[in-house]
Amino acid sequence: MVNLNGKPVELRVPSRMGYEKVAMGTAASVAKLMGFPDDRIEDLKTAIAEACINAIEHGNQLNENLCVGVTLSAHDDTLEVKVLDDGNGISKLPSKPDIDRKVHGEEDPRGMGMFLIQSLVDEAEWVKDSKGTGSYVRLVIRLDKETD
Amino acid sequence: MQTETKANVDQISDGNGGLVTVLRFSGDISSSSHDALLGTYTTVSKSQPVLLDFSKVEYINSSGIALVIQMLMEANKNGQKIAAFGLTPHFQKVFTMVGITKYASLYPDEATARTSI
Repeated sequence: MVNLNGKPVELRVPSRMGYEKVAMGTAASVAKLMGFPDDRIEDLKTAIAEACINAIEHGNQLNENLCVGVTLSAHDDTLEVKVLDDGNGISKLPSKPDIDRKVHGEEDPRGMGMFLIQSLVDEAEWVKDSKGTGSYVRLVIRLDKETD
Repeated sequence: MQTETKANVDQISDGNGGLVTVLRFSGDISSSSHDALLGTYTTVSKSQPVLLDFSKVEYINSSGIALVIQMLMEANKNGQKIAAFGLTPHFQKVFTMVGITKYASLYPDEATARTSI
């Protein structure tokens, strides 16, 4: 397993669609160094992509003058990720998507990002910065989780 | 940073005297894929089944999945069968998680999909 000496990997990406792939690639590299299996790395990539898309679109409202921060902290058997934006966070988690309602036009076909995040990582929490200067989502993915 | 979505339309035999339309996608399936997915779907015959070929797609996000669901909405209105093949195991899992498999079967490859739809 890689020893990062407790120092997180940090990056900042522009609030522009597509740049979530930079965060995906970086996270995948760190997870690979830690020894995560390929299927868990794919889970992590999708979760981070969705977190970054939410931060770009909703948190920073596509304002390209603002950046999305991503922090990757490797611990003994977990990788902790924080995705930070300048928005106000969320007031409540959306309900689980209902495919029947979506296909019949009774529910917005979008709005699956947070559900995917929660489904693909071991922990996910959305936190409003106590100073009121932004918010972040914190994700944890465990190295030793049984694969599906 | 986003890779443009490309879509090609093929007609193939179902092996039983019928025809199947195949929409072959490449690039990203994301919020910028509206025309490639839904625009292309509007051009195909609604009287025969449609296969979605994702074998050359590397990146799909929730906005792209929403476009697939919109295509399923249209197909459902038309009473048209849609199925998909070529998804990686990860995206097979994601499509299953969001319930798409209730409206579109997933097959491992084109040969299986064309004879099974």
